[in-house]
Amino acid sequence: MIKPPASVVDWRPCWTPRILRLRADLLARVRCFFSQRGVLEVDTPLLTATPSADPNLMPMRLRSVSADPNPEYYLHTSPEFPMKRLLAAGSGPIYQIAHSFRDDERGRLHQPEFSLLEWYRPGFDHHALMDEVADLLEVTLGADRHERLSVAQAFARFLDLDPHQASLSELQTVARKNGLRLAQSADEAVYLDFLMSHCVAPDLGTPHPTLLYDYPISQCAYAQIREGDPPVAERFEVFVAGIELGNGYHELIDPVEQRMRFVAENAKRRHVGLPEMPLDERLLAALACGMPECAGIALGFDRLVMVAAGAKRLEEVMAFPF
Amino acid sequence: MASYSTNQFKAGLKVLLDGDPCSILENEFVKPGKGQAFNRVKLRNLKTGRVIERTYKSGESLEGADVVDKEFQYLYSDGELWHFMDPETYEQVAAGKTAMEDVAPWLKGQETCLLTLWNGQPLAVAPPNFVILTITRTDPGVRGDTAAGGAKPATLETGAVVKVPLFVENGEVIKIDTRTGEYVSRVKE
Repeated sequence: MIKPPASVVDWRPCWTPRILRLRADLLARVRCFFSQRGVLEVDTPLLTATPSADPNLMPMRLRSVSADPNPEYYLHTSPEFPMKRLLAAGSGPIYQIAHSFRDDERGRLHQPEFSLLEWYRPGFDHHALMDEVADLLEVTLGADRHERLSVAQAFARFLDLDPHQASLSELQTVARKNGLRLAQSADEAVYLDFLMSHCVAPDLGTPHPTLLYDYPISQCAYAQIREGDPPVAERFEVFVAGIELGNGYHELIDPVEQRMRFVAENAKRRHVGLPEMPLDERLLAALACGMPECAGIALGFDRLVMVAAGAKRLEEVMAFPF
Repeated sequence: MASYSTNQFKAGLKVLLDGDPCSILENEFVKPGKGQAFNRVKLRNLKTGRVIERTYKSGESLEGADVVDKEFQYLYSDGELWHFMDPETYEQVAAGKTAMEDVAPWLKGQETCLLTLWNGQPLAVAPPNFVILTITRTDPGVRGDTAAGGAKPATLETGAVVKVPLFVENGEVIKIDTRTGEYVSRVKE
């Protein structure tokens, strides 16, 4: 094989020494922040046999070169399931900075491999965790204030629309007016995702971080649902300068409800022609044994660095973007 | 024509949108952490020049548009159509008024132009960056004014009117930048 001359091969990292130091400094601040609060750093496997069944996430499946390969392995899309098993086993508050992998995600704010800062707080609800997120943003970004908005308030402000009550055809009309074109019909969640990401989120988080909470139940993911009129999912997201930094829940702890949501996710996967995923029976067993009431959040660490650096693209703060 | 999935979208790709040929200007991947992935696309309608913003669910596709850029030689105009010839195949195409409006005043014949063709029909015509034309009418410049850097209108053999320096005279041949419509220099024959 003929090797190209060394000068042609682009081996250098993308980031500048300033970013290198900033990233290390933020990691140190995060670790110090949690250590002071008695939150334990943990390290769970990247390999899993039961990746997320979320139809909007594409886990990467591994192909071994071994003649006698192990059963199916995937890279995790977040460390959520094993961390919840730690909680159920009585770990107390825990955090992790975990490389995570999502296929088909590439863009200004996306890389197929990225770092999540994920943490769980037994005894917290989503509002208590939002307080802690605000404290973390103060320590890492110097943000001494934040704005807290319900999803209903945000939709009323930017779209004059009630996200909990709007009919499918109302959502369709507003989405179409804002440029959405779909080849096939879609459910409420798709329209709400579009309106949120195109018409609401870009204006959030300026000049102070925005904590957006209480989502329509069609977007409950793994959050608890609070009965009421309307019922809401106790979920929240963090926005800084229009960028979604993280997503948190007052965590679902009911094993029966969790199984139903897994089954619903697989039904959706079937509907859009994606392979179904094996259910994480060990997580379900852990919930059945009793996971403490808690709140948890996954926050994109690279995006945090990006915001702190004032960078425009994720690649700018990653040494070796894909 | 092939169709292109959102993950093949990139600037410069030509696609059909509501039946019109469009060129993708920007393509952004937008995805909430929990939720549907989208591609937000900025396109230029090649017929109207208008810029449009559309969003598609990631994974959906658009039909490709058969749009190519090719050099042609300008032959003549019959008043309604402007006729061009492919210098390699001698194949001829004709462009209508909409494509020629801003271009026709610079052309007298023989010029090599860049044509944007959609299904073989010209959508847009780009004249050469510089053309050389004869002045057919301009008032004599008033001597003494030259120091002020003044300019006066001059009509060219094609009918185009450009601003020229006061010292330029009737019957002279000049070079013009078609991108700005500005006089560049006199040309000695």
